[in-house]
Amino acid sequence: MDLKLDHYTKDGIEVVDVEGEIDVYTAPRLRELLIELVKVGHYQLVVNMEKVEFLDSTGLGVLVGGLKRVRAHDGSLDLVCTQERILKIFRITGLTKVFGIHDTVDAAITARKAQK
Amino acid sequence: MSTPMATVEMSFTPLPAHVRTTRLVATAVARRSGVAETLLDEVRLAVGEACSRAVEAHRERCPDQPVRVALTGSDGRFEVVVTDAASTLRDTGGQPPGPSGAGAQPDPGASEGPLPGFLPSELGLAVIAGLVDDVRIARTESGLSIRMSWPSGDAAG
Repeated sequence: MDLKLDHYTKDGIEVVDVEGEIDVYTAPRLRELLIELVKVGHYQLVVNMEKVEFLDSTGLGVLVGGLKRVRAHDGSLDLVCTQERILKIFRITGLTKVFGIHDTVDAAITARKAQK
Repeated sequence: MSTPMATVEMSFTPLPAHVRTTRLVATAVARRSGVAETLLDEVRLAVGEACSRAVEAHRERCPDQPVRVALTGSDGRFEVVVTDAASTLRDTGGQPPGPSGAGAQPDPGASEGPLPGFLPSELGLAVIAGLVDDVRIARTESGLSIRMSWPSGDAAG
């Protein structure tokens, strides 16, 4: 399955819905979207990965790059993911300590608001 | 002792779009070779990582050369070998080189960075090393060979 991307604003936070496979072929599209969102002033991002079927290190690189960009504006990039096979790659690379990873979009937004 | 004939061999032009195809084929052959369902995600991710880094390396250095992948199910193991023709990395220090790496001469222009240190651009190798229990990375005469294997039931071969 290819990559589907959508985004919307909820409680002042931009939520990015990602569906499909994030790999060396599709990751550039996610990177472009994250860059565009930051460019137009969205610095609080939640990336919903509940419908991601595959994620490799290229995708991780794009997420880290997005985090770097929002942090340059004192922003945040949190993830929503409960799939073990996706979480595993975050654990292997130690990125569970870098990203806030939540069970639902609402939980991610609530946690982010609580930190403000 | 002769090397067993690969169950499936592929070579593909170094385009990112073909990495997905390779993942799908590798997963299908692994399943047919009797690899447990619980390990198939691991196979899929590891093969994808190995092919992604090979594609990136080829695109930088030899875009007209194909990336080669061999999938072999025999003797209770399912083995994947991804071979590129573009790498400049050296052998892993503690890992025995694969047969194709035997006698390979180091590239004078090769990076000095040992694989266990994993440069940021080699995150894919770090993922493979963290994911796969049996992985051997070796230089060939022209590039890097990543050999990975998983237990299989030898259902098909």
